[in-house]
Amino acid sequence: MSRKVSVVEKIHSVNDQLAAENQGRLLEAGIFSINLMASPGAGKTSLIEKTLAGLDPAFSVAAIDGDVATSIDADRASEAGATAVQINTGGQCHIDASMLRSALDTLDLPNFNLLLVENVGNLICPASFKLGTDKNVLIASIPEGDDKPYKYPAMYQDVDALIINKIDLLPYIDFDMDYFNKGVEMLNPGLTTFPISCKTGEGLDSWITWLTEQIQAGKSS
Amino acid sequence: MHELAITEQIAEIAIRHGEKNHAQKVTDLYLVIGELSTVIDDSVRFYWDLITDQTICKGAKLHFNRVPAIFLCLDCEKEYRLSEGDLTPCPHCGSTRMEVRQGKEFYLESINIT
Repeated sequence: MSRKVSVVEKIHSVNDQLAAENQGRLLEAGIFSINLMASPGAGKTSLIEKTLAGLDPAFSVAAIDGDVATSIDADRASEAGATAVQINTGGQCHIDASMLRSALDTLDLPNFNLLLVENVGNLICPASFKLGTDKNVLIASIPEGDDKPYKYPAMYQDVDALIINKIDLLPYIDFDMDYFNKGVEMLNPGLTTFPISCKTGEGLDSWITWLTEQIQAGKSS
Repeated sequence: MHELAITEQIAEIAIRHGEKNHAQKVTDLYLVIGELSTVIDDSVRFYWDLITDQTICKGAKLHFNRVPAIFLCLDCEKEYRLSEGDLTPCPHCGSTRMEVRQGKEFYLESINIT
């Protein structure tokens, strides 16, 4: 005899539950955390390096780097002064909440002020897997083209801040900033945006100021 | 690779609810997927047989109910649909300020068991 059973459960519910647990742990430890997402080569690791160089050295920073293979990114973050943990996802195209949980287990969380999670380079999958970090930040870069908000709407919709990297290349590339911004505005009205160049350092001050405010707001609450 | 992780999550939920209801087999899964969810039916089907081979879900059929995306214009407060998958301004007033009313769903609605 066949019978119907009502389920009504979100497919991501297991991941969402683990993300909520991660969030609780990070909150309790008083550490401000960011999930940094972007396509491969947009400048996630470069941004981490520049951020570590620009932040008040009194802040203690941990970096968790997700990659399909190698520890190149964690090595760079470590070189730049962070306590770095590498997650190799074994072919998976994103970090999920359980991977982040395992990585958090290896860190003495209350010792840190800031956690930067560098997701796997990908503009599709990371948007669906919450991690439990305070903020989701997306890095777009000029060479990727001005149509990315239109092609990857889910990614632009759910982020709390957007960094536009490699603006030093604007004179050389056909990138219509108005068209790009229009797409962003439709998907995520009023989104906090930082046009920067990790190469020249332009715009990094505003990003560092914002980040510092976020870290301090977390400490005082 | 995205669909592999998703298919594992679908199987986990179906097996859990099947076992809770003392099922010998799960024969059908009814999934609701919004147009804005980045999930490819064929990829999920591809992984499904591999993942569920040794489980009570072996051979279960996957039914996908696709829900269209509907936006609410924040200026004229009228609803509109996505045209051919493109991001477009409100067809009524041209505003680009909108919120998603429907289309991001992704859940398992029910299962059939024996």
